[in-house]
Amino acid sequence: MNEHLRVNPVLCDAYGHCAELLPELIDRDEWGYPIVTSAPVPEHLRRDARRAVSACPRLALLLERRTESR
Amino acid sequence: MVAVGLVDSKAIWYLMRSSGVVTLALLTGVMVLGSATANRSRLGRAPRFVTAGVHRSIALLAVVFVGIHVVTAVVDPYAMVGVVSVFVPFAGASNALWVGLGALSLDVVVALIISSLLRHRFRPRLWRGIHWLAYLSWPVAFAHSLGMGSDASALWLRAVAGGCAAAVVAAVLWRLKRLEPQPVPVSLEVPA
Amino acid sequence: MSALLEATLTTPPERLFPSVATKGYTEHLARYGPLPPLAGRERAVIGEVEASGLTGRGGAGFPAATKLRAVARGRRPVVVANGTEGEPASAKDKELIARNPHLVLDGARTAAVLVGAGEAVVAVSREATASLAALEAALSERPDARSFRIARTSARFLAGEETALVHWLNGGDAKPTFTPPRPFERGVRGQPTLVQNVETLANLPLVARYGSAWFRSLGTQAEPGSVLVTVGGAVLRPGVVEVALGTPLREVVARCGGLPASVQALLVGGYFGTWIAPDLDLPLANEALRPLGASLGARTLILLPESACGVVETARVAAYMASQSAGQCGPCLFGLPVVARSLAAVARCEPGAAEALARLPVLDAQIARRGACAHPDGALAFVRSALVVFADELERHLAGTCTARGHEPVLPTPPTTADWR
Repeated sequence: MNEHLRVNPVLCDAYGHCAELLPELIDRDEWGYPIVTSAPVPEHLRRDARRAVSACPRLALLLERRTESR
Repeated sequence: MVAVGLVDSKAIWYLMRSSGVVTLALLTGVMVLGSATANRSRLGRAPRFVTAGVHRSIALLAVVFVGIHVVTAVVDPYAMVGVVSVFVPFAGASNALWVGLGALSLDVVVALIISSLLRHRFRPRLWRGIHWLAYLSWPVAFAHSLGMGSDASALWLRAVAGGCAAAVVAAVLWRLKRLEPQPVPVSLEVPA
Repeated sequence: MSALLEATLTTPPERLFPSVATKGYTEHLARYGPLPPLAGRERAVIGEVEASGLTGRGGAGFPAATKLRAVARGRRPVVVANGTEGEPASAKDKELIARNPHLVLDGARTAAVLVGAGEAVVAVSREATASLAALEAALSERPDARSFRIARTSARFLAGEETALVHWLNGGDAKPTFTPPRPFERGVRGQPTLVQNVETLANLPLVARYGSAWFRSLGTQAEPGSVLVTVGGAVLRPGVVEVALGTPLREVVARCGGLPASVQALLVGGYFGTWIAPDLDLPLANEALRPLGASLGARTLILLPESACGVVETARVAAYMASQSAGQCGPCLFGLPVVARSLAAVARCEPGAAEALARLPVLDAQIARRGACAHPDGALAFVRSALVVFADELERHLAGTCTARGHEPVLPTPPTTADWR
């Protein structure tokens, strides 16, 4: 089971806390909105990813579980 | 036995009063930091998530102190605040109005804390709606502090209350100012 | 290219647009017959729809039977006939409702029975007064009028987007929502909702009555049936025509009076569509369009005359698309106006236009796929195709000249004052 980060762009208000907490996976565009990698969250960053999801002031960051078929 | 009882009850009385003042100060801090978070401010050069984090930490600390305040109020034999009056506004007999305001404020604070601890189980817009109640809980807590008991006339309490009020008014005005249009998107001209 | 029946080259289809208009319910029944009995045969009929190869005629082109089945699985489903048509270049849905309202209503009713829905909502833009009048008149004649509800929707570009329409029906603004859940899972009042284009629905009672083989007697193997297309731009008689899929563009254009002047480019698929070179031998089918990076999309065809300027037209539409953003998602709200401004700078031959143009790929990468709906992606695809097709004209603008001889706008960009609610 892989975990993927996903932003709800309607709720997102460019606070940027997610990018501060998880710079390895989240960057910001020139208007301050998060650019989130579509690759699965690596094991060692899963806790930080949960922290970033929890920290979003708008509850706009989501962690989705997906089964990858290889 | 009686002497010990008297000392205890005085200690409880002071603990109740002091924890109340500390709670007011902490709630003021929560309001100011709430505005700061919404306005994307930094504390010093710390990343912005720290502002939100301190806001949350002070809120949890306020819960501790309001807990002490409420427990001592109930235990104190002279305060005559029943357990029911703590949570149900305007239920008690003595000092009903001011205690009632305290209970109201407590209820809202409890709702804010619980909804925030369980944020992810709420629909985002519902959580946000509940959070706006903070603007109700602070003035009610403030009125409760001024209306209750004998310290209200003391200069030190009025000074503290005044400082808290000034801070919250400033925080609210600052938040309102920031509610105005964000970085306006580039305006359009349709070429001829 | 798949087999194309000779018959379609000479006789325009009359499935949705009968040449002798049916006036009133009695004439409608005389021509199309009553709704075939569906109760108890729903699964068989959906199977027939699947065999017919009917796909959505609203833009996405999704197989109709798949959507029907998905919604039929749900509890207390709702049917929404989507005739909103927010695309300014497209008039086919409004035209269909105005000319053949009873067929549209039959279609909505058929879908409702097939999925087990009690009510069918027919969504039409409140500015489409002729269509609304025809719809109301038609309803007044029908015995099953009470199973329909007319919804007069916002006229904004995005109002017809599936999730935006559902959000509006639920009392909100006509702005798209984050998915999942999609309407077929949770839509109007939280119930599974079939949002289907009115033209797609109008085909359902015909397939139910005449069968899949009949439906497949027009069009191509891969893309069967007839479609409504809105043709605009350099043709003599712009308007909506019904053609079999796979018909060469030349014939479609001939049905609209032909071309008085030469054409420099074609815009296929509306403002989420793409510009292509003016090859009139192209068949009107995704099979032929996809290799060129285009698709049927909203089923509009705009022919740009030589006298117009592709750069100026593109810049105007880009500004329009930016203004039609729901404004909910940062990259679309902030990014599209910057793209529009860059194109405007080039269109006006302004200094600094070259730098603005060079930044477009950077902007594109930051905007694409980062909104809740397809609006930014559609607008970007449109702009990207213009940069390719009008490359020469772009060079000329950067050098300070424009080859346009007339300044009449070709692509419609109506003023954006409509309410979101």
